[in-house]
Amino acid sequence: MSASLALPLIMGFIFGFLLNRGRVTDCNVIEGQFRLSDFTMVKVMLPAMIVGGLGVLALTRMGEAHYYIKDANLLGVALGAALFGVALVFYGYCPGTGLAAVGAGSLHALVGVFGMLAGAILYAFSYGWIKAHILNVWAYGKIRLPEITGVPDLVWFGAVGIIAVALFIWVERRSVGA
Amino acid sequence: MSASIAREAPRAAVKRIDWSPYLVGVGIGVLSWAAFAIAKDPLGITGPLSSAAAPVAAYLFGPEAVENNAYWREHPFAWNYGVLFLVGLIAGAFVSSLLAGTFRFEIVPQFWRARFGGSAVKRFFAAFFGGAALMYGARLAGGCTSGHGISGTLQLAVSSWVFLIVVFASALIASRLMFGPGSRGGRG
Repeated sequence: MSASLALPLIMGFIFGFLLNRGRVTDCNVIEGQFRLSDFTMVKVMLPAMIVGGLGVLALTRMGEAHYYIKDANLLGVALGAALFGVALVFYGYCPGTGLAAVGAGSLHALVGVFGMLAGAILYAFSYGWIKAHILNVWAYGKIRLPEITGVPDLVWFGAVGIIAVALFIWVERRSVGA
Repeated sequence: MSASIAREAPRAAVKRIDWSPYLVGVGIGVLSWAAFAIAKDPLGITGPLSSAAAPVAAYLFGPEAVENNAYWREHPFAWNYGVLFLVGLIAGAFVSSLLAGTFRFEIVPQFWRARFGGSAVKRFFAAFFGGAALMYGARLAGGCTSGHGISGTLQLAVSSWVFLIVVFASALIASRLMFGPGSRGGRG
């Protein structure tokens, strides 16, 4: 197998393995996050964001990587995210954890994957209209928080880090006391 | 004796059902370094999955439905990096759950059963339409919990932070409406 085929399989394999061991392929864990009874999902996401972000920042400064910023067409992002949040609670998985849950044996996750394919077809068929009427509203392009605020990258990561540590201390104390 | 513990430790880690979520998060963070620097493709799910829907649409509605479609012209299907990543993702979770002994066929999960009962039809119905809405929302927003929620937020992208905050707000409200405020289960 060529390296170009092996690399995504290996990267995906590690991601799926980690999601499973982090227990976020269990829909009860995801649902628990939004009932504020189980903070596993946030415990995975915030360290990933901070460790990933600091590393990628260093890599871009060294010229070893560049950014892939998604467009801030904020009406589409806000509407899509609002729908995504409701769907997340109905399904019990996000797209990545849903696919991984199929690997761990979840049959209703597999039904949801068929649903995702249907959703993709629906989106593709409506894309012309969406692009002309939604994606061009509040469209600010590929903008980053440091550039629009003037606050440096490291300050943002420091702030996220402080919030994360405070949250985790509170969560761990609460779970011990319960 | 300490040597035997050292030998046993990796095996114990593979057998352990759950790793520390914090360490799993750190692992995903390090994985994203490789995604940016080596693969040149940030971790993401719904982009490649939506292009994989193109052959399904061609089968259901005929090839011209795909060929003339503006979205699939921008996101054509191929066995490329993104799609193979999804194959690896499923395989990784499969092997992990086998090694941990947690692999099991789940039809109606506990959270659903407690509120809506044990009907598989009802659950599959909700999973199908939930999955469809999830994908529609993700494509409208330009990414999901991986593409925006991790890969985008770690770049401090404005779009991704807006996405993550709105998703959490929306899901917290939806959960409260669906399951009520009195449904707070075990803590942790």
